[in-house]
Amino acid sequence: MFLRQVWTVCAKDLRSELRTKEALNSSLAFALTILLLFSFAFDPGADQIQEISGGLLWMSYAFAGALILNRSFARELFNDCLDALIFSPVPGAALFLGKALASFVLLLIVELACLPVFGIFYNVAWADRFGWHLFVLVLASWGLTVVGTMFSALTVNLRMRELMLPMLLYPMMIPALMSAMHLTTVLMSGQAIGGDHWIWVRLLIGIDIIFTALAVALVEVVLVG
Amino acid sequence: MNAVEAGGLWKYYGDYPALRDIRFGVEPGQCLALLGRNGAGKTTLLRVMAGLTAAQRGELKVFGRPVRDGQARASIGVLGHGIGVYEELSAFENLRLFGSLYGVKDAAGTARAWLDRVSLGNVGDSLVREFSRGMRQRLAVARAFLHEPPLLLLDEPFTSLDDRSIALLQAVLAESLKRGATVILSTHQLREAMELATHVLLLDRGKLTFHGPRPAEMLADPTWLYRRHGEA
Repeated sequence: MFLRQVWTVCAKDLRSELRTKEALNSSLAFALTILLLFSFAFDPGADQIQEISGGLLWMSYAFAGALILNRSFARELFNDCLDALIFSPVPGAALFLGKALASFVLLLIVELACLPVFGIFYNVAWADRFGWHLFVLVLASWGLTVVGTMFSALTVNLRMRELMLPMLLYPMMIPALMSAMHLTTVLMSGQAIGGDHWIWVRLLIGIDIIFTALAVALVEVVLVG
Repeated sequence: MNAVEAGGLWKYYGDYPALRDIRFGVEPGQCLALLGRNGAGKTTLLRVMAGLTAAQRGELKVFGRPVRDGQARASIGVLGHGIGVYEELSAFENLRLFGSLYGVKDAAGTARAWLDRVSLGNVGDSLVREFSRGMRQRLAVARAFLHEPPLLLLDEPFTSLDDRSIALLQAVLAESLKRGATVILSTHQLREAMELATHVLLLDRGKLTFHGPRPAEMLADPTWLYRRHGEA
């Protein structure tokens, strides 16, 4: 029953988004614009690019991701749909996980679309270790999504929510973004993840577990008070 | 067991107490009209009963369970100020979604049946954003009633409804009362409310000033209770 409710909420959000493409289009366009603008600032052939590739990529993902996460609960405000979800028998945790899952899928779509563009703009061989890239994307994006969805619920009734969400989200995500940037840089420079790099993977896994547990435990209080 | 049991509810907005020690019980099958001037606390009380916001003090039980309990919420149907349906989904998808969330066994079949019931069967696959205001209101009625809730919470249900929607709402309300559902409605339209209400609860600036069977005098003069127990 719980998983069905999670899936129902997730499918509803994905269906709504794929019809309007409001968050997806704006997020993708924003990410690609950032990558394009950064490409003017750096020499695509330079070795320096490989060293900062993780940082460039994840800064784009983090900025673009905020646009998707902002819409997560804001889309429920029209017609008081959020109220309709809260007074339905769906547990807060199922509502939260459904919305987080939908945002996670949308964020992954944007990230995967940006990856080859990044490779072209910066002349980086991203496809060599695609499986590992995907592994890092999934781990870091879930952390970003969970915290972002929680703050989206927290700021949904604020007038300045578009500003408040990034201000709350980015400081919280510093450890996850640092891990993701480091691991992506390692992969972009052609190395495999192993040895000392595993500490960053463990950090990402820990962040995902801790923030997911905290969000699931606190979401009812955030939504109802 | 009472359908709703409120024990000493206090709800503050900042320092302002919107509800002050509200205590009452509603037996199954009753139709309770929540009355009071603007700002008396009717909507706040309905929001607490719907589980949309928590009271700071006191407890509220729905059929013996805390209101945020899943089974308690599954037994409630709410029709509030917002229609609570998604613009970018079709009418059918909206009803199937809520049917599924409420655990209705054949959500798709029930959604189709309710679309026919509210005369939206022929536009069921159209997106709600293409609907007129009246069509949206009828869809909202279907959304609130499709899981046949034993408790209905209606906040100003007749306000700004068109004639067709009023007739539909009156019909489904009458049917719900007939099958033994409990109805709690807040309204300023006293005459319509008095035709339905078996009991009346009057709020005055967050305080409960009267709760009991609808006084016979209110049929002839709906404002009688205000003069007797509330502000004039």
